Amino acid sequence: MVEHGDIRVVHCGGSKINFRDPVITHDSRFLLCASGEAVKVFSTSTEECIHELRGHTGLVTGVLLRPSNHLQVYSSSLDGTLRLWDFTDGILIKTCVIGYPIYSFYASDKHENVIFIVASMPSDKRRFQLVAVHLPQSGDQMVEAQELSAVLSGVNPNPAAIAFGRGGEFIASVNDLQWSLEGGWNTFTCVACHPKDDCIATGHEDGKIRLWRNFNHKKEYTYSTLHWHHSTVSSLCFTPEGTNLLSGGVESVLVQWRYNQESERDFLPRLGGAITHITVSPDGSLFCTSHSDNKITIIQSCVKVSAVIQGLVKGDIRTDLMMDPRSKALVLNGKPGHLQFYSLQRDKLLYNLDIVQQEYIHESGLQQFEVVKAAFDASGSWLATVEERHQKAAELELNLKLWAFDEQTQSFVLNTTISAPHDAQITAMCFCQPTDSQTTLLVSTSKDGHFKAWQLAAPAHTEDEGPSWLCDFVSAYHGLVPECCSFSADGSLLAVVFQEVVTVWSPSTWELLTTLSQPPGAVSDLCFGRLSCSKYLLGTTASNLLCWNLLTCSLEWTTSMDVRRLVADPLSENMAAFCYQSGSTDLFVFKPSEPRPLFSHKAVCSGKVTQAVFAPREEMLESCEESSQWLNRSQLYFLTQQMDLMTFTTKAEEDRLLASSKQVSSSHWFSMTPFYLLLGKHRQQQQEHQDSDSSLWAERTALPQTSASMKELLQTPAHVLPSTSYLCSMFVQSLLISVSDARSEKAHAEEEMESEKEEEDSEEEMESSRSKPELAAAAATESDTPALTKAQARELRRVRKLDHSWLAGLLDS
Amino acid sequence: MGEFKVHRVRFFDYMPSAIRTMAFNSQTERLAVARADGAVEIFNFNDNFFQEKVIPGQDGRATEALCWVGHRLFSAGLNGEITEYDLENLRPQYTVDAYGGPIWTISSNSQGTQLAVGCEDGTVKIFAILEERIQFQRNLNRHKGRIISLCWHPSSAQIAAGMTDMIKIFDAETGHATRRLLVDRAMGASKNKEVVVWSVGYLSDHTIISGDSAGKVQIWNGLTGTLVRTYLVTKWDVLVLSVSKDESSVIAGTSEGTVIQFQFISSTVDQHDKEWVRTRTFRNHSHDVSALAHTDTAVVSGGMDTQLVVRPLLDKVEKNTQESALRKIAFPHRSLVGCAKKAGLLLFQFPDRLELWKLGESEGHVCLMYPYFVCRFLQGEDHICCSALSACGGWLAYSTVSSVRLYRIQYNNTISINKVGTLARACSRQPVHLLCASDDGKWLATANTDCEIHIYNLHKMKLHCMVPVYNSCPTTIAIHPVTNNLISVHADQQIFEFSLVQKEYTQWSRRLQAQGLLSLWLERDTPITHITFNPKNPDHIILHDTYMFCIIDQSLPFPELNAVLWNQMTLKSLPVSQRIGQSHAFKICKSFQHLMCVSLLEDLSLVVVERPLLDIMSQLPAPVRQKKFAT
Repeated sequence: MVEHGDIRVVHCGGSKINFRDPVITHDSRFLLCASGEAVKVFSTSTEECIHELRGHTGLVTGVLLRPSNHLQVYSSSLDGTLRLWDFTDGILIKTCVIGYPIYSFYASDKHENVIFIVASMPSDKRRFQLVAVHLPQSGDQMVEAQELSAVLSGVNPNPAAIAFGRGGEFIASVNDLQWSLEGGWNTFTCVACHPKDDCIATGHEDGKIRLWRNFNHKKEYTYSTLHWHHSTVSSLCFTPEGTNLLSGGVESVLVQWRYNQESERDFLPRLGGAITHITVSPDGSLFCTSHSDNKITIIQSCVKVSAVIQGLVKGDIRTDLMMDPRSKALVLNGKPGHLQFYSLQRDKLLYNLDIVQQEYIHESGLQQFEVVKAAFDASGSWLATVEERHQKAAELELNLKLWAFDEQTQSFVLNTTISAPHDAQITAMCFCQPTDSQTTLLVSTSKDGHFKAWQLAAPAHTEDEGPSWLCDFVSAYHGLVPECCSFSADGSLLAVVFQEVVTVWSPSTWELLTTLSQPPGAVSDLCFGRLSCSKYLLGTTASNLLCWNLLTCSLEWTTSMDVRRLVADPLSENMAAFCYQSGSTDLFVFKPSEPRPLFSHKAVCSGKVTQAVFAPREEMLESCEESSQWLNRSQLYFLTQQMDLMTFTTKAEEDRLLASSKQVSSSHWFSMTPFYLLLGKHRQQQQEHQDSDSSLWAERTALPQTSASMKELLQTPAHVLPSTSYLCSMFVQSLLISVSDARSEKAHAEEEMESEKEEEDSEEEMESSRSKPELAAAAATESDTPALTKAQARELRRVRKLDHSWLAGLLDS
Repeated sequence: MGEFKVHRVRFFDYMPSAIRTMAFNSQTERLAVARADGAVEIFNFNDNFFQEKVIPGQDGRATEALCWVGHRLFSAGLNGEITEYDLENLRPQYTVDAYGGPIWTISSNSQGTQLAVGCEDGTVKIFAILEERIQFQRNLNRHKGRIISLCWHPSSAQIAAGMTDMIKIFDAETGHATRRLLVDRAMGASKNKEVVVWSVGYLSDHTIISGDSAGKVQIWNGLTGTLVRTYLVTKWDVLVLSVSKDESSVIAGTSEGTVIQFQFISSTVDQHDKEWVRTRTFRNHSHDVSALAHTDTAVVSGGMDTQLVVRPLLDKVEKNTQESALRKIAFPHRSLVGCAKKAGLLLFQFPDRLELWKLGESEGHVCLMYPYFVCRFLQGEDHICCSALSACGGWLAYSTVSSVRLYRIQYNNTISINKVGTLARACSRQPVHLLCASDDGKWLATANTDCEIHIYNLHKMKLHCMVPVYNSCPTTIAIHPVTNNLISVHADQQIFEFSLVQKEYTQWSRRLQAQGLLSLWLERDTPITHITFNPKNPDHIILHDTYMFCIIDQSLPFPELNAVLWNQMTLKSLPVSQRIGQSHAFKICKSFQHLMCVSLLEDLSLVVVERPLLDIMSQLPAPVRQKKFAT
């Protein structure tokens, strides 16, 4: 087997954004948070990720604004470096090599050029110490920190366990030491210092917050207790002026305590998952909470949630990875009781679909309904979900829900709820594949030994609103438990696995066609071949990968490997098998008809891979190399045991991505969201209808263009520039708005003829003088074709046309 | 030590009465506690919080406020009278009617020359404290509405008076009201209800602190008459405030049973301007906290649930010492049960009555006779001080503040008693609180609160000798029936044995002192209240406190200082040789709790009188409603 150098396994988005507390910049415009090996910069108003600060080679463990320069930010990482960034432009300014993995770090105003880091002790890796690092003052990009001095030993590596008080006058550090004065769970969980007073707030495991005062005197410290949380206080934060204390915990309620008036408190409930971090912007206008479901909520002064930055929710994922055929989004378990639709292209959560439709109670140890299975039909118009609740004392509660896609609301609407569809847990579920047939069929298999077929049936009574799903067929096989089921690509065959026996049924007549069995070992995964290989049926057992030929009903071939997951590419014959071998997982991509694998990759990741999916590409890759051809039509995503979403990329694809990201970063910053384009354009059009008294506003919206022409002015070397009078008129014109629609359109029509032959000449003046209405028109016509290469070509042509219109304007005058 | 048949008596329905108010005298370290039935108890904080003196109450005397002036104790009540107590004879010395209707509060100035009382009719009356009595001096300007609380400024120039809806500051010289501080009413539905200022404090920097019925603790500037801070502490009432001596801490007791501490601390190290900050909350009571005292090292609180709680402030005491332990004093430090050992009768003493019960009999598990109620002696207005029952059960005696009565029980008729003679009075002026006679009638031992124990020879009718004075007050004394040795147990848990014949401590006692007592014994926080002897085995002494009883075997060696007290069950499981090695003089039994009395009858059956605290709790009125989480 050959290793293919140009195919790499990469993390693909969806990384944790709630790992460490985020940072809000001084102007409250950006939010920075550690996310995997990068620092992400989000806009607080549009929720969009503006850019990523990449460069660390280990997990980023902290982000801090530089106290002496609020436009720069430090980040620390397990790779043993501190990096200084300019976050507005996303430029790495300096790298400081410490040499030890940094678990968390702190800075304060009082200590210039000193960073306090938490690193493990040299003697004992499990104990940690707080170390002061003097940053060397040299202009080099890469410096090595020499002056290290230990401050405190035996500290907790959790960043919430250390706080600097009153501008760095003192350090408060808590350990897990159980402090038992009144009994109960008094373990410290977090600490915060008042910015002005000598007051330390600590959060405890029993839900209490204690405010410690007078601690400078050795013994006569005193404390007061605030108690609202019923379980662990996970985060505490004082507002910058110290007037309020914010606390949060598993209740997902943000509690705002008035400092010194603690009986008055405000609540912001129902924020989602458990609160893990709370931060406040330096001016106190924005609060921001991180949640355990990989979410950051931005709150305007504790009254309303203004923005939600939602990452991929990764927790206990029990459903398979699936692709929504309509939105091409990755679908999996999200928040408790929800399915999340995650756009892989944009690395953004599209929406959550509430499956359980019950209030989730934030309390540990409570058994609640969970979504355990979900399936889409081929066209994406039906979604089937299974939710279950398993309480120790009571019976298993099981619901099968069928959701229809509603074109108007563009979301799934509950069609049928079947309570207790089976007597025991449902092991597998799949829709009939064919796209041409009118009837849709759902098959579910259960541990009670039956498999059932469900069909959409016309309402029995006329007063019912629409068709609903009914059980069509029930069958069993020798009392064995069905483990999985699969439809063939054309929907003419259904294969159901009963432990060691594979039964093949005809869905049209419900007749048992044949049984296939290959002892020893129960078949755990089943897959029909596709396209040219549709005569093959593949199954996996604990030790073998089997391939049957359905025409001869005999075993075609078998290899010995421990396949944990078998995935079929819906757009090609390819199949991917993830094999678990000695602690890591290997990937084999093959065609059922050929015994030789197309591609193999050893040790894709450590641990087992049980969830994977082929996602169809938006546009095909034109890779000619044999080894990477399987990636042309679709991309393979999988979840590792550590819940990291990974994918495979080719070198060519990476290069292209890099190029496009550069293009994005060189264009204007956070205003380039689709919403902005839409609304901005709308506003511009409104402006034109309004008269000149609101020209100030118009100028502001026109800023991107004017600044572009100004940039042109300023950046061009002076000796190349034309005369000032010429430039002046051009510049003034770029500021004007008063070209009427009708005229420009007329001019537009005139020039359309000439445009074809005069394409070549006007390259130079292209950007210098665009008048706004024309651009708006351009944007309008262009917006429907976001595709890259063709669209670019088309845009080029259009821009040339625009130039002609300006030329005509000059000639007229 | 053997096994005993046990009479487990739970029908003594003793009900302590609620604590109404308290006053702490920091010079003598004595705490005076007034209960709802009018009784006044005095605790000595220097001597393991021992209840030194009890002045029995009286029907119709409800003490509303207490005040120490030097060594003198004054009280005032809703009957409109001011009482000074005679702490030597344990009775009210005199009463003075203030002629202002019910008195709500009493307060003395810092020099101890004047006493101010607040009356129902709205007057603040000033009394001059003279040598032997008090004399009315003047009225301050009268205002509408009753005076609920009073506090003198430390300079004695001003008095702050809490009333309904306001606090007034009087000039003590002229008697004019100089400031009027209006107190806000509660929000919401109770807006129309007037707010009562239950308690005020006046600090030397002219800060006034008030606690009111709207649940607020407010801090005022007394010079300008402006409100500085409001702390909403509870939904119910703040009933009482207490200021520490150095004025750096204030505690407030609420109807919810919580005590809240406020401290005067600076916000940062280098700053000197301090502010009041709410700090700790103590939750030791189930009912109203109506009495509070702030000592130097502890918060003392009492209320409706009848318990006195001493909560040490951990920043003021050494950690992990006996001093840092929370103490709850639920039962009186004296025996309220008398036992006739021969007749099997029990005498229960209540404030207003005595009850006599006959113990039951049983054979194996078959009950032959249930205990039954014999008779009840009702006492009139004055409450009972003490009572006793003779061993044969034929004689019963009890006393009140003014009289002693002796009953012959068989014939149900009172007979007159002859005064046998007066024993020469010892030099101490303190009252005798313990008395015990030997079985043969020859010796009489008395103990007083000056820690002195005197032995009298009743045959010769004169003082025999005096036991060397130990610095802790004896909590119980007894004379051994066989050896005529005096056993005394003191408030610091020490045990002494004194030979009356040789007039010296016995060898056993000397050995015990030389070796010292076990740490587990010394760490108990309730005093031994009763001693009884085993008639069959003279080596056995049976002692008990509230939580255990102990049989001391004088023939066995003493345990090691830090020995672990083994459970009898685990001892039994040990092999014989080891068991002998483990056996020592102290055999402690904790299977009975909240003991009022343990006594050994003639037939070697053990009488154990229990009064479970839960039973007392269940008889209390319902506490104020509180929202409990998840209900």
